[in-house]
Amino acid sequence: MQQSLSGKAKTRPLTPANVTVGRRRWSERGYALLFLGPSLALLAVFIFWPMLKTLYMSFFLTDKFGHITVFNGLGNYRSLLQDASYWASLGATLSYVAVVAVLTIVLGLILAVAAQQQLKGIGFFKTLFSSTMGISVSVAAIFWLFAFNPSVGVFAQLSQALHLPEINWLADPHFALLAIIITTVWMNLGFTFLILFGALQQVPRSLYDAADVAGVAKRTQFLKVTLPMISPTLFFVTTVTLIDAFKSFGLIDLMTAGGPSNATNLLVYRVYQDAFLNGSYAQASTESVVLTLLIAVVTLVQFKLFGKRVTY
Amino acid sequence: MTIQLEQLAKTYADSEVPVLTDVSVEVADNEFFVIVGPSGCGKSTLLRMIAGLTSISAGQLKINGVLANDLPPKARQLAMVFQSYALYPFLTVAANVGFGLKARHFSAPEIQQRVAHALKMVNLTELKDRKPKALSGGQRQRVALARAIASDAKICLMDEPLSNLDAQLRARMRLELKQLQQQLGLTVIYVTHDQVEAMTMADRVMILNEHQVQQIDTPINVYQNPKNEFVAQFFGTPQINLLTATVTGHQLQVTPDFNLAVTRPLPEGTALCVGIRPNQLQFKLTSRNANARIQTVAYLGDKLVATARLSDDQAVRLVSAETTTLAPGDLIAITGAQQVVLFDNATGKLITTEQEVAARATIAVG
Repeated sequence: MQQSLSGKAKTRPLTPANVTVGRRRWSERGYALLFLGPSLALLAVFIFWPMLKTLYMSFFLTDKFGHITVFNGLGNYRSLLQDASYWASLGATLSYVAVVAVLTIVLGLILAVAAQQQLKGIGFFKTLFSSTMGISVSVAAIFWLFAFNPSVGVFAQLSQALHLPEINWLADPHFALLAIIITTVWMNLGFTFLILFGALQQVPRSLYDAADVAGVAKRTQFLKVTLPMISPTLFFVTTVTLIDAFKSFGLIDLMTAGGPSNATNLLVYRVYQDAFLNGSYAQASTESVVLTLLIAVVTLVQFKLFGKRVTY
Repeated sequence: MTIQLEQLAKTYADSEVPVLTDVSVEVADNEFFVIVGPSGCGKSTLLRMIAGLTSISAGQLKINGVLANDLPPKARQLAMVFQSYALYPFLTVAANVGFGLKARHFSAPEIQQRVAHALKMVNLTELKDRKPKALSGGQRQRVALARAIASDAKICLMDEPLSNLDAQLRARMRLELKQLQQQLGLTVIYVTHDQVEAMTMADRVMILNEHQVQQIDTPINVYQNPKNEFVAQFFGTPQINLLTATVTGHQLQVTPDFNLAVTRPLPEGTALCVGIRPNQLQFKLTSRNANARIQTVAYLGDKLVATARLSDDQAVRLVSAETTTLAPGDLIAITGAQQVVLFDNATGKLITTEQEVAARATIAVG
């Protein structure tokens, strides 16, 4: 009798409910791990490990085969920042990113607004505007290589017909980056147009009706109703375009391969060249880390500057 | 402010079927005018035509006597409340209410004063710095009202403003809207598909159906003297009974055992449609001379709504104040009706109404 009383006092009654809760928590974690496991493993092998390895390698020197030789501390970073050609690449990249982002957003918005008008045959143009989404980088590169060709290209023939000075777009260091910018913007437009068009369609008609009744002019309505309403989408598109522009590789590789005289040797392409053509793995790693930091900072600044204004 | 519609019509360019034809009415100053009809009848289109958001195909629209067909919305000096409230999610309550005042070139202090006044009228002063997302449906509705008030327009168009609210709130807002209209001396044109809203708020009602005006009158007249079958069916719950009957002698024979004694002479043998409101149908529970059998019974607390079958299988809706006496299967004798409305069977148009009509049951139902 006494024993059973004291026993009761010490231990918590082991009810079925307690047991199942404990078991369920365990099995829930087990299941979570089971489901997440495969993708976590893939991420670890192909993303996290290379990232850490890159960071690690940026503090060392490497041989031709990418093997680590000597610890170099911040030496790689120091020499990178003293390299004039690196600064030129950085400058080209920043101007490329800025111009691409501005042109993509502005042109995309103009096309999206145009496609919203109730006009005959607008459906055809909607398809046309978004069509670059379905074109691969290689096809686009070939298409634009032809367009920029100094003898048979559209641009050359146009300048000939208008008696303008001939430009060898891809071979002239002053115009090669512009050619890449034009091509990138063209490639970006399909996606940007589609997303912005969707956002415009989402703005309730009644908001414009209310503005009409209140006597707000159409142009003011665009600034006071349309832009605020699509601001979250604009923010998203801007972020994606910026990050994408920083990472541009395919078009450059296929159209100019970084040339002429490094005019289009943007940061990502430089990483590729240093690692796989020059065999300077440590230097390429350092550049990668710096590029990652750069993208992070730009994105962060963007969030700080505009993030607050788009949440409603 | 008065609004005159003269044979207003709307046809969209890409279709030949008119959305509205021949709408004529004069809405008086300070009138609460309700446009009611089933969905797709063109009532919202009519309101948008008055607002200037949809063009007018034919006819004339006069606001305060001035032809307004081609005036832009802002020149019509009216306010509009939308079904979706049309609030700007990125603006605070106060900014939403003041939206558009700047476009009308009011000074900042005046805007502030008007917004404050409007918010006070709808009891939203404490919430003026919130965004619409942080408001309940009823509060959003009030913000939309406040915006109309702040515009100081004497005409207010409302497009189903209460249809997104729950039943209780809707009932309360009906009263508040009506009070507000009288307080501010507004001329209101109010669109709804809800006949109860139309009955409770309107000075006059316009019933639209199939692109045409069915009737324009006070709620009482619309209820008591509906111009056609559609109007009769649209107003009143439970719905009016529409029974087919033939004229035999001085009587209207609905079924052989259910005759109505009407006083007005009618051509022998004509088929008619007899309209009797459920609450105006008199009946007693009996097995002798019964002419209908109770089918379903619904208790509504203070009254009971039942359906019964006549011997020819036509259904009849009944209302009884005695809530415990009826059960499915009971036999009843319909003895008369306080009012009977007769419609032409072919056109559905009103022929005549008669008061205190006696019914005779001759043969018992099997």
